[in-house]
Amino acid sequence: MMLSNFSLLAAADPARVWTWSFVALTFAVYLYIGWRSRVQDSKGFYVAGQGVPAVANGAATAADWMSAASFIGMAGLISFKGSDGAVYLMGWTGGYVLLALLLAPYLRKFGHYTVPDFIAARYYSETARVVAAICAIFVSITYVAGQMKGVGIVFSRFLEVPLEIGVVIGMLIVGFFAVLGGMKGITWTQVVQYFVLILAFLIPSVAISGMLTDSFIPQIGFAASDISQKLNDVLVDLGEKEYTQPFNSFTQLNVFCITAALMFGTAGLPHVIVRFYTVKNVRAARYSAVWAIFFIAILYTTAPALGMFARYNLMKSMHNARIESITIESGGAPQVFSDSQAAEKERRRLVGEGISVFPIYALVSTEGEPLNWATQWQRTGLLKFDDLNNDGSISLKLIEHTGEDGQATVQSELANIDKDIIVLSTPEVAGLPPWVIALVAAGGLAAALSTAAGLLLVISSSLAHDLFVRFVTPKANEKQKLFIGRVAIVFGILVAGYFGIHPPGFVGEVVAFAFGLAAASFFPAIFLGIFFKRANRAGAVMGMIVGLVFTLAYIVMATSHKVLPMFFDGPLLTPDNFLLAGWFGIEQGISPQGIGAVGMLLNFIVTIAVSMVTPPPPQEVRDLVESVRIPRGSGAAADH
Amino acid sequence: MKNSKDEKPKDMQQYWRSNLRIVAVLLCVWFVVAFCISIFFIEPLNNFSVGELGLGFWFAQQGSIFIFVLLVFAYAILMDRLDRKFDVDE
Repeated sequence: MMLSNFSLLAAADPARVWTWSFVALTFAVYLYIGWRSRVQDSKGFYVAGQGVPAVANGAATAADWMSAASFIGMAGLISFKGSDGAVYLMGWTGGYVLLALLLAPYLRKFGHYTVPDFIAARYYSETARVVAAICAIFVSITYVAGQMKGVGIVFSRFLEVPLEIGVVIGMLIVGFFAVLGGMKGITWTQVVQYFVLILAFLIPSVAISGMLTDSFIPQIGFAASDISQKLNDVLVDLGEKEYTQPFNSFTQLNVFCITAALMFGTAGLPHVIVRFYTVKNVRAARYSAVWAIFFIAILYTTAPALGMFARYNLMKSMHNARIESITIESGGAPQVFSDSQAAEKERRRLVGEGISVFPIYALVSTEGEPLNWATQWQRTGLLKFDDLNNDGSISLKLIEHTGEDGQATVQSELANIDKDIIVLSTPEVAGLPPWVIALVAAGGLAAALSTAAGLLLVISSSLAHDLFVRFVTPKANEKQKLFIGRVAIVFGILVAGYFGIHPPGFVGEVVAFAFGLAAASFFPAIFLGIFFKRANRAGAVMGMIVGLVFTLAYIVMATSHKVLPMFFDGPLLTPDNFLLAGWFGIEQGISPQGIGAVGMLLNFIVTIAVSMVTPPPPQEVRDLVESVRIPRGSGAAADH
Repeated sequence: MKNSKDEKPKDMQQYWRSNLRIVAVLLCVWFVVAFCISIFFIEPLNNFSVGELGLGFWFAQQGSIFIFVLLVFAYAILMDRLDRKFDVDE
């Protein structure tokens, strides 16, 4: 079926031929590497045998780190949030500094498999291990869910299937790679994935920078050109706020909280921390951190430029576009209308019969270019137009409109644009050749796959290595342990797939929730474990539980209608009753994206307070803390 | 695994204190760049400019990231030196 589709559609859309070729080629390479380095023992499965060079580990860490959120989601979010988009840029890279300076070298010296291993040894407690393993599972599943939506979007656009089917295809592919490879397969695959995703991001960015500005270097085009001014003017003209003006999307309080939550969460992410166990010694851990942030910064300094250029391009090509025809597909043969009123009449008739359809607009830009990309994206349901005033063109001006229900709203004729399509559509909007469009699709998949694989490994190791093997079947042999690990991966994929179809937000936002959970649960436990010798079992366990439960409850309550649509019609928490709203004259409280910062603070307070009033940790644990503070001997420590 | 009592504890205390000093200085820079420049004082700083952009906006979206890379690099080099000085390198 796939083959007939392929030949049938190939003639119509050259981008699809390229996409198929690139995706098939890159997947073949990943498969080959996964197969070459497949593992039979659990040390290779979880930490790749600790023989990965610093540069390679840096590239793999960068790929692991930069997920669908960085690749597909971030530039799109920035392009709509403008100045406040910096929370994602600074949050993710700034957190990396904390990880490199405060955690990575010491955890490498400790040298065991997983973060819960460290927590269990440092807090001499199997209870602490269980709590940490559960935190790891929550963080990782939230994070994988974001990846699943990203993969789903790519497949749904380029295979022309609904988003749900796209997510399911993504689940199958991600699961296949993760079950096959283990850490060693993942590490080398991720090195390749880094280069695929960075090329896929840079090529269109460089091309667009060259088109819009005097410089092909996006970072220079970003700062030196007049695009920022032009974009500001266009937006003000349409009735929106200036792009470069801070605190339009979030209040200053929320910019601070979200940045902090993302930073401390980054430092506490179990799948990234685990990366540092795979290098030779403490020194290599520090240098692989240098390489990783260097590789990450290449994408992260390009993203804000791409975000701004993409927004400008999008506005220019869509504004005042003429409506060529409107197609309504409702099961039978598609009906084509030439004017908006007739199409609207037919749509209402179908709605009256209980059939919900959205009309697909074929548009021609003011420069006479047909906007084929807009037609394609409308089919995924992620882009919608509505010719409110029936004048045969699409205006992006904000206007007051009275809907069918008689309620007046301020909106534009761009009825809906999912921010996650910005990066993927940019090459098409800019009219770049089809192979660039295909490369971006392959890059988005590389980003999502590399991260999802690393995360599934954490879910698998937490469930199998930290929970199951220890408490259910302590006598399991190597083969059984690997089997349990693989079953755990399948479980992780199913849960993540559910949330990929019912996402609580955009890819970047969902991922931000995962970081909030990590900040509120892991960061204080690991940080105090290294820097505060007095921290003890009772403190850490209580702290992690309080941080995780508080943050998780807040996020679920604020997104209840999205994550559990069968139980709730609306969110239980809204901006008017978010934390701190109404205190000290603050109008908008802390958003669920930033709540991890508060959860972390609670965790710190509880851990320190409880530790001080309960007995200090035993001598062996204090010796352990001394030993992780000194680099020498990390090779030896890794062996037992 | 060696523990601290087999080595010279005083040296190791000094090593740890120097380590903390390096980390503290680098994190001060981190805090100023990320929070002071890019969030707390972004609005007044936008009155100055980098190219065609406001200084605060540029730091929030570009400058801070460049500085983060330098911080991690500086940490690796300073710690290398410190490890050699206290003879705890590998």
